[in-house]
Amino acid sequence: MNIKILGSGCANCTKLYTLTEAVIAELGITSELEKITDIPGIMAYGVMSTPALVINEKVKACGRLPGKAEIKQYILEET
Amino acid sequence: MALLWEVWQWLNGELLQMKWLFNLVKLLVESVWGLPISEGVGGSIHFFIYDSLKIFLLLGVLIYGISYLQSYFPPERTKKILGKFQGVTGNLMGALLGTVTPFCSCSSIPLFIGFTEAGLPLGVTFSFLISSPLVDLAAFLVLLSVFGFKIAFAYVVVGIILAVGGGWLINRLRLEKYVEEYVWQMKIPASNLPELSRRARLAYAWGQVREIVGRVWLYILVGVGIGAVIHNWIPRELIERVIGVNNPWAVILATLVGIPMYADIFGTIPVAEALFAKGVGVGTVLALMMAVTALSLPALILLRKVIKPQLLGVFMGVVAGGIIFIGYLFNALAVVFK
Repeated sequence: MNIKILGSGCANCTKLYTLTEAVIAELGITSELEKITDIPGIMAYGVMSTPALVINEKVKACGRLPGKAEIKQYILEET
Repeated sequence: MALLWEVWQWLNGELLQMKWLFNLVKLLVESVWGLPISEGVGGSIHFFIYDSLKIFLLLGVLIYGISYLQSYFPPERTKKILGKFQGVTGNLMGALLGTVTPFCSCSSIPLFIGFTEAGLPLGVTFSFLISSPLVDLAAFLVLLSVFGFKIAFAYVVVGIILAVGGGWLINRLRLEKYVEEYVWQMKIPASNLPELSRRARLAYAWGQVREIVGRVWLYILVGVGIGAVIHNWIPRELIERVIGVNNPWAVILATLVGIPMYADIFGTIPVAEALFAKGVGVGTVLALMMAVTALSLPALILLRKVIKPQLLGVFMGVVAGGIIFIGYLFNALAVVFK
């Protein structure tokens, strides 16, 4: 699995990264977790508001900070 | 009708202006601490406690409701809606959607690129960028509480007019060549965003309350503090001489002082409230509020990454000029707002 956090370094982007990291650890799955901080990289997903959560190249949430339960659900959807 | 009017008066007084809170704080300051609020110290303390509590209460409730509504208008959807309109209607829609699309200056770069890449006219994007920080549903309701219906309504209308007019002018000036080249070369796939559940919307709204209050509480306290000082310590004559209605430079002065200040609209309201109470013209007060919120240094620095200095200069000139014009217009029409 490949998970990406899109965001140019705002506070919420960092929070989303930490939350997702924790969920991955809780679920005990193996996944790549990447930070995409450059504008062209973020916009390549059609996203204009950050932070955004991308799992296996699908935009799951953008412009908001999803909670842990929600992130867990998105990850399970893709496994 | 008379009954309806009375109900409205009561709702306005108790819910929006929070007379109950005014009286409660008055009781605290006068009976518990023994400081009459008609005097300097008691009056300042009363203004500070009452005004900050009122703004925080209103802000919390309003942002919750408004963010829920805003979750239906993410910028990705706004972009699609705006693509359907031409000419001045496009500017008007840009300005109106600017008021409901959640937006912070940190996302102005992707937003600018996204709008431009989608083929929206430059002027429509600027209508959006002008109205977005300036006219805000929460700001409207707080203004309603502090200044009453006429001024709140006037603020929204002139804010929209400024956004539409400014965007229209930027369109007419054909300034596309002053957009950084790389913006035109970006290729962005159509976004396919998942529809939100009700629960996610409510969680989003609550997150917004925490984030916005976390971001603006200091501005509000500083703003209310300055307001309390103006309200009770600075002589009316001095304020009238510097920015009163008889000083022809008042509006320009208020605008120039306001532009470099970086504060939230909610921090500006208590200062404006105190100045207004001291006899400063309504146009001058509006100009100050608009200058503080519409142009701010961090937002301009971010915009500079997507547009060249010439266009940035035109943008600043158009907005500052518009604010000054609106200020003088409202001072001239001040009789309406008595």
